[in-house]
Amino acid sequence: MSIRAYPPPSSRPSELGPRSRSRGSHPCVVTLDKKSAPRAVFSGDELLSVDLPAGTRCLYPRPPVDALKDVDAAIRYALNHPLGSDPLHAKLRPGMKVVIAIDDISLPLPPMRRPDVRQRVLTVVLELLADHGVDDVEMIIATSLHRRMTGDEVRHVVGDRIFKAYWPDRLYNHDAEDPRGMKLVGATDQGEVVELNRKAVDSDLLIYVNLNLVPMDGGHKSVAVGLCGYKSLRAHHNPRVMRDCWSYMDPAGSALATSVDRMGRLVEKTLNVFHIETTVNNRMFDRPLEFLHKNEDDWSGTERASFKALSFTLSRLPQPARQAIFQRVPSPYGVTGVFAGACEAVHEKTLERCFAQYLVPVEGQADVVVSGIPYISPYNVNSFLNPLLVQVMAQGYLFNLYRGKPLLKKGGTLIVFHPCTDQFDKEHHAPYVEFVHDVLPQTRDAMEMHHNFEEKFASNPAYIEMYRRGHAYHPAHPFYMWYWGEAGRQHIGRVIVVGADNDYIPKLLGYETAGSFQEALGMASDSKPNPEITMMHIPPIVMADVSG
Amino acid sequence: MAASFFDVDGTLVRTNLVHPTVFYLANQHNPLRSLGVMARAALGSPRMALAEMLDRRRFNELLFAAYKGMSEDRLHILADEAFDTVLKRAIYPGARDLVQRCRAQGHDVVLVSGALDFLMVRLAEHLGATGHISNRLEIKDHYATGKLLRPIVAGPEKARLVREWARERDCDLGDCFAYSDSYSDVPLLSVVGHPCAVNPDLRLSKLARTYAWPVIHLGKRPALAELMEKIP
Repeated sequence: MSIRAYPPPSSRPSELGPRSRSRGSHPCVVTLDKKSAPRAVFSGDELLSVDLPAGTRCLYPRPPVDALKDVDAAIRYALNHPLGSDPLHAKLRPGMKVVIAIDDISLPLPPMRRPDVRQRVLTVVLELLADHGVDDVEMIIATSLHRRMTGDEVRHVVGDRIFKAYWPDRLYNHDAEDPRGMKLVGATDQGEVVELNRKAVDSDLLIYVNLNLVPMDGGHKSVAVGLCGYKSLRAHHNPRVMRDCWSYMDPAGSALATSVDRMGRLVEKTLNVFHIETTVNNRMFDRPLEFLHKNEDDWSGTERASFKALSFTLSRLPQPARQAIFQRVPSPYGVTGVFAGACEAVHEKTLERCFAQYLVPVEGQADVVVSGIPYISPYNVNSFLNPLLVQVMAQGYLFNLYRGKPLLKKGGTLIVFHPCTDQFDKEHHAPYVEFVHDVLPQTRDAMEMHHNFEEKFASNPAYIEMYRRGHAYHPAHPFYMWYWGEAGRQHIGRVIVVGADNDYIPKLLGYETAGSFQEALGMASDSKPNPEITMMHIPPIVMADVSG
Repeated sequence: MAASFFDVDGTLVRTNLVHPTVFYLANQHNPLRSLGVMARAALGSPRMALAEMLDRRRFNELLFAAYKGMSEDRLHILADEAFDTVLKRAIYPGARDLVQRCRAQGHDVVLVSGALDFLMVRLAEHLGATGHISNRLEIKDHYATGKLLRPIVAGPEKARLVREWARERDCDLGDCFAYSDSYSDVPLLSVVGHPCAVNPDLRLSKLARTYAWPVIHLGKRPALAELMEKIP
């Protein structure tokens, strides 16, 4: 295998000068030359150093956007100067029933260093409610079919004071399978059924506190997805809709967003909703690891040594210790925007901030896209990135990190780095195990799964009980994870995984395996000689704004 | 057609076979007789403890010997009170919902328990289950002999009885579910396509993790079980 420790003695950037040059108009697009340093690549919770051929285009995340200096002031300003709505205080009257819904643990990734911005928003909102004689307040973690958050996780998000005062009677997780806890709102003109949390529907005012990490989050999705159940999700979480998302990170090109928007508009017509959305920058790694944001050719001697030490340490540690290192350390995200008011007006501003942080202009598509698959996804906070989530990261999130047209040409090759270990969190991902080892061996065809397997699997009483009373994802969720990769599966010619510790998991996922990057590149060149190669340098998140 | 088979003690209710037995012993037709039979049962308790460890079937036989001499009338008259006082209060929160969810899937729901039939009838009716496979006391001349009628519902025998039940109804066990809290029910769990551990003891918990069986906690999750689940 040609993956090797960094840096190779013969090519230290500090001795040889710059090894890469920016191409086109953006400094985050770097073209490597023969003397460029190897690139740092995540392979699960390990870090590798990979030599990429000269001419490879490397896409780096933008530097973190400047954070707001006074977040509390920005929150108060947003509540008092809302977009398309009366100020929050004008909507309040003594004795009214207020429900506050809050984004769950899937946002942001990794979790934010305390105080989480949701805690800051809730503190201001709860004070305002109390000042106006509103004491019938309940808070619901908008988990949809995600797993229930534990007490400690909720405490991290809302802070000690709010947690102590409200948990668990007036601050709790949404339960989409509570037979008495859901209420029909109606159906859209396309027949999409909107059924939401009964408490939210019956409230006089629903306040949604969002943390928007990527452009797919927030907007109508907050209420119409966060507080809904299986009946509603079926309208858009299916292979037909997911095949028509170009991409799901670009709401304008996403059939998923279109369906959710229709349902959300029905919600806004029926319920009294006040949206509060917040955006954060992409400061995912704190100081000791901050160099992982940067072009490897710009690393200082200390940073190169840190990388070498880190990758060596990670390669020697057992997996649980590696997971603890990355997942136990919250990220120092900075808050970049707070907007409040009517859903669509608020979300327009949120999207502007998101795109400003993530979009990097890129000219032309690539024959081969290369990327590491990191240790985390929205669905494995505090647990292991299992094989199905590797798939959702590769053909799902990674593929969809574009606006305009896909970074990869139709039929192109995606090369990813990941061990693809056959390991699952037995509680969080209990239904995933059966999905991977029983459904996938029978079919990889998402349409067939949807028609022949999903409904029966999704109503498995044992898994539903684990979702309702334990901390497991709903049994429909593994199917959604497969559908999430559907547009990618239709578009990508081949997926080659480098560094897999077994052959059968990649085979189940429909991937080919290679022992080294060079071998993978050789395989890709069989399909397209002298391919144009682009590397997505993630994490942190970067989105390609592809033109030409 | 599919079915869901539920063990009862420790799975749907927090009591075990001893609790209703004690209720019956404490409610004999006079206090002196109650005292006598309870003293006799207490004397036999070390043997029962040993049998519980070695052979579940033998444990059932020893325990139900305590019913010897009770009239059939009395067993049935006290059954409502025993159910209300002992079993109904001990039903785990969520147990009824779970049974209802299985029913909503069109499953037959069958309670499979070493407990006595006249109590299981009442529990099944209360939870909305469709049937039960349970132990029956031998009655001669309207009095319990203290013996159980064959087959005795315990351990591996539960699996055989479930197979037989399924065969009689042309039911594919591969589509069926079974729920239990105890390692002694592994044979029962192993005959169905969808086994599930409920409030599992440590040995069952370990096995469930190994085979990635779903694990449900209808009661309060023991701290040790919680710790074990965190170990990858």
